[in-house]
Amino acid sequence: MASAEILSPLAVDHSAHTHDAHHDEHHHEQSFVEKYIFSEDHKVIAKQFLITGLLWAFVGGLLSMFFRLQLGFPNASMEWLRPILGGWIQQDGKLDPEFYLALVTMHGTIMVFFVLTAGLSGTFSNFLIPLQIGARDMASGFMNMLSYWFFFASSVLMFSSLFLSTGPASGGWVIYPPLSALPQAMPGSGLGMTLWLISMALFIISSLLGSINYISTVINMRTKGMTFSRMPLTIWAFFLTAVIGILAFPVLFSAALLLIFDRSFGTSFYLSEIYINGQALDRVGGSPILFQHLFWFLGHPEVYIVLLPALGITSEVIATMSRKPIFGYRAMIGSMIFIAFLSFIVWAHHMFVTGMNPILGSIFMFLTLIIAVPSAVKSFNYITTLWRGNIIFTPAMLFSIGLVSLFISGGLTGIALGNSAIDIQLHDTYFVVAHFHLVMGSASFFGMMAGVYHWFPKMFGRMMNARLGYIHFWMTFVGVYLVFFPMHYLGISGFPRRYYSFSSYQAFNMYADLNSFISVSAFITFSAQLLFAYNFFYSIFRGKRATENPWRSNSLEWTTPINPGHGNWVGEIPSVYRWPYDYSKPGAAEDYIPQHVPYSATMESNLPYENELIALEKEDNNSTVVVNAH
Amino acid sequence: MTVFIIVGLVLVLAIAGLLLRVTKLVEVLRSSENQRVDGANKINAILFPIFLVLGLLGFYWISDYAVQFYLPEPSSEHGQSIDDMFWFTMIILTIVFVATHILLFIFPYIYQFKEGRSATFFPDNHKLELIWTVVPGIVLALLVFTGYSVWTDITYFKPDVKYEVVEIVGKQFNWMVRYPGVDNNLGKHNFRMTDETNIVGIDFNDVNAADDFMSQKVVVPKGKPVLLKIRSRDVLHSVFALHFRQKMDAVPGMPTSFQFTPTKTTAEMRAELGKADFDYEIACTEVCGRGHFGMRMVIEVMEPRDYAKWKAAQKSFIVSNPEYIAKLTPSVQERLKKLLPVEAAPAPATEISSTKTETPAVEQPVIQKAGI
Repeated sequence: MASAEILSPLAVDHSAHTHDAHHDEHHHEQSFVEKYIFSEDHKVIAKQFLITGLLWAFVGGLLSMFFRLQLGFPNASMEWLRPILGGWIQQDGKLDPEFYLALVTMHGTIMVFFVLTAGLSGTFSNFLIPLQIGARDMASGFMNMLSYWFFFASSVLMFSSLFLSTGPASGGWVIYPPLSALPQAMPGSGLGMTLWLISMALFIISSLLGSINYISTVINMRTKGMTFSRMPLTIWAFFLTAVIGILAFPVLFSAALLLIFDRSFGTSFYLSEIYINGQALDRVGGSPILFQHLFWFLGHPEVYIVLLPALGITSEVIATMSRKPIFGYRAMIGSMIFIAFLSFIVWAHHMFVTGMNPILGSIFMFLTLIIAVPSAVKSFNYITTLWRGNIIFTPAMLFSIGLVSLFISGGLTGIALGNSAIDIQLHDTYFVVAHFHLVMGSASFFGMMAGVYHWFPKMFGRMMNARLGYIHFWMTFVGVYLVFFPMHYLGISGFPRRYYSFSSYQAFNMYADLNSFISVSAFITFSAQLLFAYNFFYSIFRGKRATENPWRSNSLEWTTPINPGHGNWVGEIPSVYRWPYDYSKPGAAEDYIPQHVPYSATMESNLPYENELIALEKEDNNSTVVVNAH
Repeated sequence: MTVFIIVGLVLVLAIAGLLLRVTKLVEVLRSSENQRVDGANKINAILFPIFLVLGLLGFYWISDYAVQFYLPEPSSEHGQSIDDMFWFTMIILTIVFVATHILLFIFPYIYQFKEGRSATFFPDNHKLELIWTVVPGIVLALLVFTGYSVWTDITYFKPDVKYEVVEIVGKQFNWMVRYPGVDNNLGKHNFRMTDETNIVGIDFNDVNAADDFMSQKVVVPKGKPVLLKIRSRDVLHSVFALHFRQKMDAVPGMPTSFQFTPTKTTAEMRAELGKADFDYEIACTEVCGRGHFGMRMVIEVMEPRDYAKWKAAQKSFIVSNPEYIAKLTPSVQERLKKLLPVEAAPAPATEISSTKTETPAVEQPVIQKAGI
């Protein structure tokens, strides 16, 4: 096996070439378990992440269907759901209000962490990093395997918590103590919360194992010529995402750890002066605000952990399918770096009205609104990339354009929410729900879909059905807007989040029809995902066979065989001579020039400074020989 | 209903399967291998501008429909400035939203794939990039500075203002309201003194607590600055008085506050809205458990003289709950019994010691601290 060379990052760039040529010769047959279950192949691990993520997406979506039923049709009997939900349907045929909170909580947890972190970043970082930078596998295949199986264990725990008689964690996905710390405050804070915390601890381990791997792979294992300034924007996005993850997730871990102490070992990190169930607790000196700071120190970067990979995928797809270079490649990288940096110093905008010192509010408002600048740059660059392109609407391209639209719509309302004065009124209303479901939830989900449609041929060697993809996109795109756009209006009127029912208030006695409308739209949008599920699983086995480079793309993954084996390339890994966005270059015969084509082979389309690089290409080749010789 | 859903699912799957078959056959017949795009490309291209037009119409329609329900009339001084800030921001956002979406959805139509045409190789343009970095920067700076001045105005504590103080305490699942009484000085609280009678844990060792009274609703005078002191007894809650543009979390162990000046009495608001049963309401906006959605509390805004009358008519906690005195330490009992009406207080007042001369510091805590 070639993994010996791969494990040693120092040996990679040059000496690896000599050994790699013999890669396939000493490749022994793997057993089924080695190949598909405890696999160390990044491509198999990516598929494991993807399929687990998609199953989670279905579960998370289904939970939201239940609470949309409650919100859209508060007077309808849910007796017919008793076969599924059992005791969570009360005697009078209504949904149990505590279970409503459990649904909301688990929907959030599942979607943010299990679908959009593991399912999106886990899938595409694993799949694309080695393939696009020209590496045989991740820096550590074993750690990569562990990363998936920790995620799997975490999934099993989280899923099993859904079936507890006391219910799963129910205090919102942000699990603010003291509610989450005190089982006497709500039944979901009992065993359900314990499982939530253990599951999240495992999840964080999984995420860290993955991130360390992504970073070391990107830094150490790029093929010859793949400089940082020639990396596809996908890789930049995954790389920065991993950096954010490594810095942010340990803080969530510490927050969770202290909460475990408070719950199980009688400490008072987050608890103080509490009188509950006729009893004054001997817990003083802690602060619930401390938890919120720790939580949002992860929680806000988490938004970008979810979003950046989606933006990376979109950049790649939009450029490829517009047959144009991405506009402002360096500005795109710069804005991603800036966003990654800023994501760490804006967390307290989630806490403007928690009683935090108002001076802090002013500072965080300022820092928060700055983020709109790099985000605006990215949006304008996407639009400019479309301008004067030659656009082919694959399902991936449709989802990418959809992402840009959702990113703009949801991002703009962030400017209202980031303003601490306006946030006094809008905080914890449906305006916030609308905002983050558009900019984080839907946009990232669209990025994930774009990625699946675009790289499906590389993953499974077959094509997905495009027509079904078009229908899937249009139903989802229209549906998402019909679901989340009206929520802004609920929010402007003050409707609070996480309300089981609005009937006890005069102020919220309108909009019953709008809530029904949102629910029906949600049902339709959700059912459109069944089209995708069908298309996905059907095409794995029966889809049209893919060609080697179906999208005429420049990046390196399309130089591998249609069904790449463990090690990705047969023979030597191709060297890279140019950036990945030489689309429709004037003078070139085709409208794309892949990264591994040297400038010396494209004299007709080279720009003046590129002609100068030809000499360097030759030198490089000579120097490789020298290095290999020792 | 279940049957319908199952039938629906089967139908959707059947249609999907059929579509797949048909498109496969069509693809085989056309042998579209040689063409880079098929007819679907045109359809997708035209759908974007159609989506744009329908979307903008929908946007206009719902905004127009929802006008009647927009931010309810602001009823506090700072409320108007928050609303102005909000609508100013929304106008800018709407302009950007519409402009970017016109470009985003028109370009796919104009620049859809055409055989033989080539895309323009346009990798960067520093001037353009500089413009759309600097312009958003300036607009955001404008928003930051106006937002900053509104925010500081609302939240920064003004030491020279004389506030009407009201304490609101959250618990699962209702709000409890305490007033400082005639001295306008709220007594201290101690969570260990909480019980079924003394629901907010008033600490009667503090002389200021003697005249504190509880209320079933929040009553505030129009035109006077009000300081809402916010506490929680168990888990996080959040006081959201939407008409006053007021929201602040209730945090156990960390009292918070919010200041506002009501500008319209409940009666005026009823006349203005034409709703005889209108009430200002407080909702809870921090998830707190099963009854989170039911923590309604009424705020009544009165003319200042009505407010004074109302306040004078309230009985202090001690007068309403004379039996509670028995739970306190003897010296505190002595002091509080003097405040009771004659028939309720058996011990005759022999000494005339003003409550104000006593200092709370000399009293022992009523309830022993039970270890850590």
